[in-house]
Amino acid sequence: MNVALNLVAVTTIIRKEFIRVLRIWIQTIVPPAITMTLYFIIFGNLIGRRIGTMEGFDYMQYIAPGLIMMSVITNSYGNVVSSFFGAKFIGHVDEMLISPMSNGAIIIGHVAGGVLRGLLVGGLVTVIALFFTRLEVAHPLVMVSIVLLSSIVFSLAGFINAVFAKKFDDISIVPTFVLTPLTYLGGVFYSISMLPEFWQNVSKANPILYMVNAFRYGILGTSDISIMHAYTILIGFIVLLFSACVFLMRRGVGIRE
Amino acid sequence: MNALTIRNLSKTYDNGNQALKGIDLNVEAGDFYALLGPNGAGKTTAIGIISSLVNKTAGDVEIFGHSIDTELEAAKSCLGLVPQEINLNLWDTVGNIVTNQAGYYGIGGKEARRRVEKYLRALRLWDRRDDISRTLSGGMKRRLMIARALVNEPRLLILDEPTAGVDIEIRRSMWEYLQEINAAGTTIILTTHYLEEAESLCRHIGIIDEGRIIEDTKMSTVLRKLQHEVLILSLANAVCEAPQLDGFNTKMLEDCELEVEKGPERDINDLFKQLDAHNIRVVSLRNKANRLEELFMRLVKNKHSTGHTA
Repeated sequence: MNVALNLVAVTTIIRKEFIRVLRIWIQTIVPPAITMTLYFIIFGNLIGRRIGTMEGFDYMQYIAPGLIMMSVITNSYGNVVSSFFGAKFIGHVDEMLISPMSNGAIIIGHVAGGVLRGLLVGGLVTVIALFFTRLEVAHPLVMVSIVLLSSIVFSLAGFINAVFAKKFDDISIVPTFVLTPLTYLGGVFYSISMLPEFWQNVSKANPILYMVNAFRYGILGTSDISIMHAYTILIGFIVLLFSACVFLMRRGVGIRE
Repeated sequence: MNALTIRNLSKTYDNGNQALKGIDLNVEAGDFYALLGPNGAGKTTAIGIISSLVNKTAGDVEIFGHSIDTELEAAKSCLGLVPQEINLNLWDTVGNIVTNQAGYYGIGGKEARRRVEKYLRALRLWDRRDDISRTLSGGMKRRLMIARALVNEPRLLILDEPTAGVDIEIRRSMWEYLQEINAAGTTIILTTHYLEEAESLCRHIGIIDEGRIIEDTKMSTVLRKLQHEVLILSLANAVCEAPQLDGFNTKMLEDCELEVEKGPERDINDLFKQLDAHNIRVVSLRNKANRLEELFMRLVKNKHSTGHTA
């Protein structure tokens, strides 16, 4: 494999994705900023005042890491699925498929694009959160590594969704029926210690719970789950999903006749 | 050395459609090769397999000696493709589209910028480099796809109906440019429904029909196979009746227009000698139909009527 060629190719995809995110900023950056502002006002400020504290933190402070993570997850996923499916739909994915760049480079380039948008929006939501509450980072390395790994996981998942999608409806099914419910039930707004034991165990099957809690641990220093479990799950998912992406690309599923 | 070698290539789609039935094809380096065939004959499938956009069922494909099974990266590095359908990123700028394509081939920085300018200028798109591609006319989009395919300076360029929907002036300028890059050493494979285009540009021809190659030879050889030619002569003076010419069938179309059917045993000099003897002066002469078109129709029709397979 020609490493230099693939490096230039990956950089090209990242540049293309970054330009795309900025070009359609009204679709990529503004909506999550507005949505999260509303979350902070309604859940954090209005309802949160009546809730009081959670796990020893002001409710606004408690939900802020979860909301940041939620925006990173949905934007990483959304960027890759819409960009790669769009390229498939119009046909300019062929530009990449006929070129000598490796399947791995195509995947890494798009995943990096998803991570970039996830982090960009996550950063913006963090700034918005600072208007409403005070955030002191308890474990910066944990915070950065968890947000990065989570973003990679959902970018890879978005890539797989795009590979299988045949029409535009297919790229909204997973975010609507899987991603959103799992995020809401992933401990963004509550601690699972508030749930009966049975539902606590059910919640532990939700991978997003680990990401939200590990990220919350990075910022607030508190978590419902073990941080090592979170790292294991995230790395496990990355290996599994990346292998699935490579397999699908090699077989040409959804992209080659 | 062959630019392209295809051996026993076949493709059966999931729906059971057998698009290619074991074709063999050799295109020499430096050639300008026409791959012709009716719609659905298998041309685009063959091109799809060569460019790794379609998975083959069986057979071998080599591009400049690199097998697409074992040396895919090297094989792809030699190739540029202008597809039949417009598949440009409609929201990206002309300049970005070509720059990105260079990047996918590992060409970045100054060299990418130099090539982008070179090919956009050559295809007369440099002034539109900052425009979004969907704002271009159909002809401009076709030219942009050619610039995109050339930016990696491929040794083998495949053009799948590149001039469809392009006006005659731009089509001719595209022909000139393709002849120029072919003369500079790029092997070109062209599929087209404009047989005049194939006849004027290409030195070799392959005709594919129902997934099989039914003709693969030099353009001059295939044109010699044409048994009869129908010529239209414009005459200097009106003639009331078609002259009787030995070995030629004649028919008056209008007062000053004569149709002459010529068999293979007769030549044009003979025709003019006889017309001179009748005191008929010819101002100009043209073929009634494009010669290649006539031959193409005959080959395809003949195959269908006899059920012959190559």
